[in-house]
This record gives sequence, C-alpha cells and structure tokens, in this order.
Amino acid sequence: MDRFRFVLYRPLQLLPVLLGISIITFVLIRSIPGDPARLLLGTKSTPEAIARIRAQFGLDEPLWVQYLYFLKNLFNGEMGTSILYRIDVVRLIGERIGPTLSLVLGSVILAIAIAVPLATAAARNRGSLIDHTIRIISTAGLGFPAFWLGIMLIILFSVKFDMFPVSGYGDGFADRLHHMVLPCLTVALALSAVLTRNLRASMIAELSSDHATAARARGLPEGMVFWRHVLPNSLVPTINLLAVNIGWLIGGTVVVETVFSLPGMGQLLVRGIFTRDYMVVQGVAMAFACAAVLINFLADILTAAADPRVKI
Amino acid sequence: MSAPLLDIRDLSIEAHKDGERLGIVERVSFSVATGEILGLVGESGSGKTVTCRALMRLLPTRSLRISGGKIEFAGRNLVTASEAEMRHIRGARIGMIFQNPASHLDPVMRIGRQIGESLVLHLQMSPREAKAQTIELLRQVGIPDPQRRADDFPHQFSGGMRQRAMIALALACSPELLIADEPTTALDVTVQAQILRLLVELRDKRGLSIILITHDLGVVAQTCDSVAVMYAGRICEKGPKRDVLAEPLHPYTSRLIACQPSASAEAGLLPSIPGQPPSPSAWPSGCRFHPRCERAIGLCRSSAPELVTVRSNHVAACHVTAPARLADEAA
Ligand SMILES: Nc1ncnc2c1ncn2[C@@H]1O[C@H](COP(=O)(O)OP(=O)(O)OP(=O)(O)O)[C@@H](O)[C@H]1O
Ligand SMILES: [Mg+2]
Repeated sequence: MDRFRFVLYRPLQLLPVLLGISIITFVLIRSIPGDPARLLLGTKSTPEAIARIRAQFGLDEPLWVQYLYFLKNLFNGEMGTSILYRIDVVRLIGERIGPTLSLVLGSVILAIAIAVPLATAAARNRGSLIDHTIRIISTAGLGFPAFWLGIMLIILFSVKFDMFPVSGYGDGFADRLHHMVLPCLTVALALSAVLTRNLRASMIAELSSDHATAARARGLPEGMVFWRHVLPNSLVPTINLLAVNIGWLIGGTVVVETVFSLPGMGQLLVRGIFTRDYMVVQGVAMAFACAAVLINFLADILTAAADPRVKI
Repeated sequence: MSAPLLDIRDLSIEAHKDGERLGIVERVSFSVATGEILGLVGESGSGKTVTCRALMRLLPTRSLRISGGKIEFAGRNLVTASEAEMRHIRGARIGMIFQNPASHLDPVMRIGRQIGESLVLHLQMSPREAKAQTIELLRQVGIPDPQRRADDFPHQFSGGMRQRAMIALALACSPELLIADEPTTALDVTVQAQILRLLVELRDKRGLSIILITHDLGVVAQTCDSVAVMYAGRICEKGPKRDVLAEPLHPYTSRLIACQPSASAEAGLLPSIPGQPPSPSAWPSGCRFHPRCERAIGLCRSSAPELVTVRSNHVAACHVTAPARLADEAA
C-alpha cells in the first residue's frame, strides 16, 4: 500500500521541481547577451530579416508571454522549434538521446565493475600494500578532470595503440560499442574513484560490525561472511552516493561528449547555448532535470529493495 | 568425576595499541561441566565479554589477543586450534548469544535465512530441510506463528523476539556449550523471566552447558549452578552458587550482593559500591579492589592475593577474609 502510494505520488512531486527549473533556464538563457536571430543570420543580417525571424519564433512578444507559451507547449508535450535546426525540439532530443543514455549507462556499469573488486580487495586486506595502492590510485583519480583523462586515454589507446576510435558514435551495435569504450572509461574512472573510497569505508565498518561477528560465531568462513553479510550491507549507502553522482555525471557528459565528438544531448546543449537557441537549451535542461529526478526516484526504490528497514 | 566440558586455565588477554600493551584479562580460570550453568558476574568493564569472545577465538585481532593460558574444550586446546578447526566448533559445538540482539542480526537478511545458514553449513541440510528446521527452532523458542515470522527481517521483531531468534540461532546445530552474554539485560522483567526459563529448560532437556554472563545476582540465584565473580580482569571468587551467595568471601562479592535491589528494598534506595571500577590503563597495585575495599590492609596494596580454596570448590582471592575463613573451618 505504502509502496503503491509512493510510486503514485512521487512523480507528482516532480511538478514543482520542473516548474522551478523551467523558470530558471528560461531566465538564464535569455540573460546572456546576444540575439539568436542576429547570430543565426550572421553578416547577412538585415533589420527586416531579423524582425522576420523574431516574429516567427515569438521572440518579439513580451517575456512573460513567451514564458506562458513555453509552459503551454510543455503541457502539450512540446518544447517549441529549434531556431538553428528548424525542427521540433522533442524530435531533436529524441535523435540525440541515444549517445547520452549509452554514455551514462555504460559509465555506471563500468564504474561499478571497477569499484566493487577494488574496494573488496582493499577492505579485506586493510593496511596491506594492496590497500595503500588502491587508496593512492583512487585519491589521484578524484583529482583528474574528466576532459584531461579523456584526452590522455585518446592519446594512449587511439593514437599510440590504435585500439579504439578517436571520436564519433559509429554505425551498428558493435561499432557503437567500440566507439563508446573510451568515453565510458573516461567517466567511469572518475566515478569509480569516488565509489571505491566510499565502498571501502563502508565495507571496513561492516567487516567489524556486530552482525559480521555473529556470522563468524555461527562458523561461517570469512569469504561467506563477506559475500552474504558485509557486501549487501555496504552497498546500501553506496546506492545513494551513486544517485547523487549520476546527477553530476549528467553534467559531465557535456564535457565528455565534446571531447569525443559524441552527437549527444550534452553537445546539443553546448551548441544551443553558443547560438542562443533558446528552445533547445530549455528543452535539454528540462530533459536533464527530469532525468535527475527520475534517477533519485529509482535510487529510493533500489535502497528500499536493498534495505528492508527503509520506508518509502 | 569426568573431565569438564570446558576448562579455562590462566587465560590472559592483552590489548595492543600503538605498541603499548595492556592486560585486559589476567590468569582467568574456570570450568564448566556438562549440563552445568555457570554464572559469570562482575561490573561493566571487568572483562566478561572479552573472555567469552576469546573462548570462540573471535577477538578483534587488530586490538586484542590471547597472551597466555589454555582453553580446553572437549579435550582440545582452542588457543592453539587452527582457524579451520575453530570453524567446525563455532556454531556447531559452541553457540553464542550476544549482549545486543538488535545489532548482532544482519538487518538486510530474513531471520529464517540467518538461522538456516548454520544448518546448511554444519548439518549439510538442503535449503528446504533447513527452512523446515528453522521454523521448528523458532517454534521451540516460543515465537508465535513461526511459519510467517521466519520471513521477517530483524527490525520487524520486538526486542524479546529478537533475543529468542538469537537463541534459536545459537542452538540451531545443538551445540554442547552455550555462551549467553547478558541475554536479558535489554528486556523487560516478564520477558527476562521467560528467556531464563527457556535456558534452564534447554539445559534440563538437552544437557546443554551454559555460561551465563550477567550483572544481576538475582538471575544467578534463579538459574545458575555455580558462579564466578570477575573484578578488573581477574576472578576474585568462584564456587557453587549456594555457597557464594549465602557466604560470600570476597568483600567485592559481599558488596555486589548488598547492592541487589531485593536485599535493599527496605532501605528504600539502591546502595552502590562507592568509587568507580578501574580501567585497564590504570589498574591499582596489589589487589585491584583495594581502593574501594573497607577491609583493605597494607598487604592488599602491595601484593595481589592468590585464589585460595576455602571449602570444596569454593575459592576466593582475598588477604583478609580467606585466611580468616580457613582458620574458622580448621577450628
Ligand atoms: N577492542 C578492544 N580494544 C581494546 N580494549 C578493549 C576492546 N574491547 C574491550 N576492551 C576493554 O576490555 C575491558 C573489558 O571489556 P568487556 O567488554 O569484556 O567488559 P564486560 O565485563 O563485558 O562489561 P559489560 O558488562 O559492560 O558488558 C574494558 O576495559 C574494555 O575497555
Ligand atoms: Mg559485556
């Protein structure tokens, strides 16, 4: 019953958040100096041409009228038409969502695949050479900016060894997978540094917890104590950390998509900002906001599934 | 008489921290016969829990270690036993009930599965057999509706039910020895009485030996056969329950008895032993109880008394009362 209500009501809480985001992005993008029509027409711009474009996209209306139009469109599931691409923003996002989604999903899976074994090795051999090495590497990993790491990976694996493509999205499943390896690795390395440190700390706490001692007192060998009791308990706080970081990671895709020339939403956003393509910027920002809220919603469900004490 | 099931001789445990060593438990000896309930009493910090953890070889290895002595269990010395050997003893031949059942149950695993874990491990049961046996065990310790309750998580149990589940867990593989570390401290009086009755019943039915750790001499009077009193990491008196409670020798034991609520009910308030129990980093010289002892003499400050047998099986470590009693008995 509780769960049912949660699943029902939680999306409703999304509404005020989205309303706030819509106002903020609407105001922010319009407060950057520069006129989309003038930027679009460039040197060929004449006052008449500019006026025509402004009228076409409703930019000559007062700001509050423009905002109401934007809201009205949103309720109809529309986000206006891109000034630059001259197509529907929803369709545009639909075309660009693939690379971003694969980037986020791929990075998260890869980051977990890196963090769990590393944290396990460090926590179970606490104070040993392995532990210190892993700690140093993960601390260093926190310090590297994503774009720098990406460029280094390109230099190493693409330029030097010619193992992976330098940039682009590729065609067909296998080719795309091949193209996604380096971008995902770039994001995953940064993310796994945070995850490893956090997971190691909670594993160490769980290893000396009372219930682990009780499991040993039952005669369970150390390995079983770890996999059955320590790991499941230490994953609980990590789920939330992951959710927080995915929010940050969505922002990070902007940089990584630019470094690897991936035709995703991050890239779309950057180009939209440079050309003052208001509709595109608003649309992508709304989509990112929805994604962030959705991910937190999923994390809450996952946490409740992993920890029966959590009431949702 | 045959050899006791458990015989601890001169067990010492030290803490090591930053290269410094502290004696936490010193030359503790006691034994438990088959079917015997031994009460281990003493103030907080006297080393009861640490002694019992050592017995299971479950001391936190980063901070504590056994520095001497023997733990003979069914003819084996557990101090030198291999880790693999210990795994076959823990849970299978020695069960343990912990001081705080709430934290000693895995919060994210169903109660039934936690109990089933040892059944599968030690008795090689199939998961289905283990499930059936788990429900039977929960029924035996008095959990109502065990079929359904086995699927509950620990937080869905009340404190008393958690302690019962803990007992079911500890007894799952029919161990010969049960260590119960303050099994009733966190519970209200009626539940406390039920749990203690359950333990006595198990002893009567199965011939289980029990080490019952407690603060409460009332509990000892109700349930135990013999008592060992610990003070500041040492045993100061031990013997048959009747002898120790009726004719305590060590001034500390006398004070403990005087501090029991029932004895002081008329006085209207609970007397307590003046002063604080000492900590391992500042053990007093000589007899560790001397700073709080009314009967202390000069000798108590300088030399630690040895345990002296005053009557069959009743021993005490006191410079003042033990020789006096010996003289009485001789007269
Ligand atoms: N891991 C540890 N490292 C260092 N000292 C410890 C450790 N665990 C316990 N001690 C010390 O050992 C002493 C005995 O502790 P123990 O828990 O055995 O007391 P206790 O008699 O069980 O007390 P209580 O009645 O409060 O449970 C205490 O002084 C405590 O500070
Ligand atoms: Mg204790």
